[in-house]
Amino acid sequence: MTKINRRLVLGAVLCAALLVTVVGRLAVAEDKFIIVQSTTSTQNSGLFEHILPLFTKKTGIEVRVVAVGTGQALKNAENGDGDVVLVHSKPDEEKFVADGWGVKRYDVMYNDFIIVGPAADPAKIVGVKDPVQAFKQIAEARAPFASRADDSGTNKAELKLWQGAGTDAKASSGSWYLETGSGMGATLNTAVGKQAYALTDRGTWLSFANKDDFKVLVEGNPKLFNQYGVILVNPQKHPNVKAKEGQAFIDWLIGSDGQAAIASYKIGGQQLFFPNAGPQS
Amino acid sequence: MADLIAAFHTALRLIVTLDPSLIEIVVLSLQVSLLAVILASAIGFPLGGALAVYRFPGRGAVTAVLSALMGLPPVVAGLVVYLLLSNAGPLGVLHLLYTPTAMVVAQMLLVIPIVAALTRQHCEDLLEEYDEQLRSLGASSREITATLLCDGRYRLLTAVLAGFGRAIAEVGAVMIVGGNIDHVTRTMTTAIALETSKGNIALALALGMVLLATSFAVNSALLAVRRFALRLAYA
Amino acid sequence: MLDPAAPPHLRKSSLNAGPPLLPLELCGLSYETGGKRVIDGVDARIEEPGITVVMGPNGAGKSVLLRLMHGLIAPSDGEILWAGLRPNQELARRQAMVFQKPVLLRRSAAGNIRHALALRDVDRDEREARIGEALRLAGLERRAAMPARTLSGGEQQRLCLARALSLEPEVLFLDEPTASLDPASTLHIERRLIEAQRDGIKIIVVTHDVGQARRLAQDIIFLHHGRVIEHGTAKEFFDHPQSEAARAFVAGGLVL
Repeated sequence: MTKINRRLVLGAVLCAALLVTVVGRLAVAEDKFIIVQSTTSTQNSGLFEHILPLFTKKTGIEVRVVAVGTGQALKNAENGDGDVVLVHSKPDEEKFVADGWGVKRYDVMYNDFIIVGPAADPAKIVGVKDPVQAFKQIAEARAPFASRADDSGTNKAELKLWQGAGTDAKASSGSWYLETGSGMGATLNTAVGKQAYALTDRGTWLSFANKDDFKVLVEGNPKLFNQYGVILVNPQKHPNVKAKEGQAFIDWLIGSDGQAAIASYKIGGQQLFFPNAGPQS
Repeated sequence: MADLIAAFHTALRLIVTLDPSLIEIVVLSLQVSLLAVILASAIGFPLGGALAVYRFPGRGAVTAVLSALMGLPPVVAGLVVYLLLSNAGPLGVLHLLYTPTAMVVAQMLLVIPIVAALTRQHCEDLLEEYDEQLRSLGASSREITATLLCDGRYRLLTAVLAGFGRAIAEVGAVMIVGGNIDHVTRTMTTAIALETSKGNIALALALGMVLLATSFAVNSALLAVRRFALRLAYA
Repeated sequence: MLDPAAPPHLRKSSLNAGPPLLPLELCGLSYETGGKRVIDGVDARIEEPGITVVMGPNGAGKSVLLRLMHGLIAPSDGEILWAGLRPNQELARRQAMVFQKPVLLRRSAAGNIRHALALRDVDRDEREARIGEALRLAGLERRAAMPARTLSGGEQQRLCLARALSLEPEVLFLDEPTASLDPASTLHIERRLIEAQRDGIKIIVVTHDVGQARRLAQDIIFLHHGRVIEHGTAKEFFDHPQSEAARAFVAGGLVL
């Protein structure tokens, strides 16, 4: 009898300890924080680790970033599971506001996309100025191409380029056009593994650690610019939205402090994001 | 191969220097999974025992469904819990989304079927031996269930370990309901997913090794408890 | 508790405050399973304290009959009456059973008895007293804290009998209790049964061992193919078996 009791007591103590630690974490959670729905490419670039501590230091507001695909980020925000949305897909962002889910859209910054590929470059696109032309060549050569195919901002930019090239790449899905349905990093892993071309944002590429012999083949064209927008989730649709703190974050982001912080983020001496908040958007 | 060796070195370095980020995610992983397993067992043991002992219409169907749920994909469990806890969902007022509590709940959904199904099977086996004697002694169904659970305690520990293995290793559920938020809901598995997506293969593998080591430590500890208890008194 | 001067059936002082259980009447009892009539229209009346032995060749249905009497299985046809009353929970609590293979939990020897007493709602102090007494009478005091399942076969069965007796039943059923035991354990158990009977407990035991029946029985029911072929005192049965089957059985031959 005593032995059973001892074990029960031990078990109860363990449970209590666990409960205390978990609840303890939750208690901390009551401090000021906002949830920002953003994208994996932004997170993978390392931008947030650089700028968010500056905001928290100034305002005492913790910023918790949930990084998913653009589509999922906007959907989560529609459900009210975030206070601020920071993505890079202007048409979707404008629809988000038009449908009443967001208050107002502000330009924040842009980065650029680049086309990367194996050193062998079967479609011979190195140095081609126009990305649409590059895509045409890839399609004609039926060279392997890895697409995110996940409804993200990057993916939509990629599809726009295929459209410009007059190619229905999806029709070749499974042969030379590989739809990974994954985030940027996972897609790049696949691209490197399959010696395939890929469209990626510069930020993810610079901090990507698995490059093998891949090079940046096409860059710099305005068609490759990637505009970011930030939106406050509409508190009228979801009363739980922390409108005050959320707006404080947006104001900081498009104000001189935030814009400077963005510009100061560099990898290997290269600036990744170019602030362009401007007066209004 | 170079990645594996680099991973091994990184793993050792992280462990030996007690890297604070590593400690943080290891502790969170253990908190979430251990709590999930304890709570799931508190539900799964009586559920499995009752399924073995009580006779009721539809018993076969419930048993089959429970066994099938052992294979519930973690990401599906995560989605279900997300839909419940989302601010647009029925339990949104609890504001549990993106917290460790939500992760515990999601993992419980994964572990309860395992513990319950394995408990049911073991209790059914025990019942074959004990049924007549216990009924002769006048035990009610509730008393029979309690007796079986107590008597089967050592094999049931194995069921708990199976549940723990499932919990500590899954990433789909905790990713969706936790959001992989740095310092808040990042566990070993979500960190591995993140580092992999960044191409930091060596670091991802290193974290994987740490995860295995942690799981091994927990298993060993529980089995040691069992051996100790066995030696103390009860066969 | 034991007063040697008192008449046998009044010795057990803590026997029921309620009405007597006996006689046990079986009326047209039948049991069918898997399309077979295992028990076929059994009529019997078991009364008086004393050891009743249910005997018969293998497959006669003895174990099934025992389980029907104790209430572990329900008859397909016919009735069981305890002093005119239908079986119920309360009457069942005044009985106990020992099975052919000892059934013990993964606990100590004392723990097993404790568990059974707890099931019967015996209060704490009384429990410990009864456990001590039971183990003493079974010769197992030194084994009290040992895991019950590590005891030898004979010790396990003695423990099962001790457990059953600690419940202070008025009727004790035993299904071939010594079938796989060594002679020493068999002897111990038979002695305990005789003592228990003298304390006023009605013993109904199934055995296929003619020698054991001779040693224990006051009353014999001979079962064959699910029917009661003979029912009478032990003396009558062994000296003047009425049926061919009984004669063959007593003589040690095979009974088909």
